[in-house]
Amino acid sequence: MLVRLVVMAAMILFLWLAVRKAKVVPGRLQGFLEMGLDFVRVQIVEQTLGKERAKPFVGMFTVIFFTILFMNLAGIIPFLNVAGTSRIGMPLVLALWVFVTYLVVGVRRHGGGTYFKAQLVPAGVPGWMLPIIVPIEALQLFVIRPLTLALRLVANMMAGHILLVLTFVGTHTLLFYSEAAMVPVGALTFVSGFAATLFEIFVAGLQAFVFTLLSAVYLNFSLEESH
Amino acid sequence: MESDYIINGSLSVVGYGLAAVGPGIGLGIMIGQTQQAIARQPEVAGRLFTNMIIGAGLIEVLALLGFVGAIIL
Repeated sequence: MLVRLVVMAAMILFLWLAVRKAKVVPGRLQGFLEMGLDFVRVQIVEQTLGKERAKPFVGMFTVIFFTILFMNLAGIIPFLNVAGTSRIGMPLVLALWVFVTYLVVGVRRHGGGTYFKAQLVPAGVPGWMLPIIVPIEALQLFVIRPLTLALRLVANMMAGHILLVLTFVGTHTLLFYSEAAMVPVGALTFVSGFAATLFEIFVAGLQAFVFTLLSAVYLNFSLEESH
Repeated sequence: MESDYIINGSLSVVGYGLAAVGPGIGLGIMIGQTQQAIARQPEVAGRLFTNMIIGAGLIEVLALLGFVGAIIL
């Protein structure tokens, strides 16, 4: 999708403008960017993983957060009007990144056997339950976590896009192509178009936050000593 | 009087409506309990809010699976 290229260009331009003349006392744009970076580092990564363990992963989560945020916001910008994340490709790539990261980190930290045993066999479960529990845990670890990560984002942005299209097309049709009696309804859809746009801004930020936060939580499962 | 009505439209949308009920109840309970917890102990509000968002993300997926199903089928 062309939108993604446009968004990437805009994001690089924004970052370049913000850090071009980076000062110790930040200006307005730099301050804004630093607020965002600080939010990801402190509120999401360090709070979930803890200060020391978070260090190698701050970069990764920052990239994920800002990519998703910018791509989501493209959904409400006029003439772009579709989020880069409203097709499965982009969220799938990011979810695979998280998936591979938490597997590799877990195996590297605990060793393959210990890691998969800790993840798949919960402590304190009676032996006869294991044939039921282990497949469920395996499904959770290998399929459900990465897939829901991608699906949540894509479905949210898709739903938002459909909602916006519905209000815009409704306004257009009801105001210009229907009977006079329907014009008040058109005015209603016009107003709800604004409301939906504001709601989409909120959802764009929230989904970027949720994706990053859940990625950090999943990574934390891999880092923990015992599950 | 015409008696044989024809219903147009996709049944899967009705299915989505049904699928939204469960997560709706779940979100209601979770957010309400979080409100209560914050009211009882305002000093841990930040941590509770983060946990609430995590839970909301997990519950939300159920409704969104219904949405995806309604679009695909």
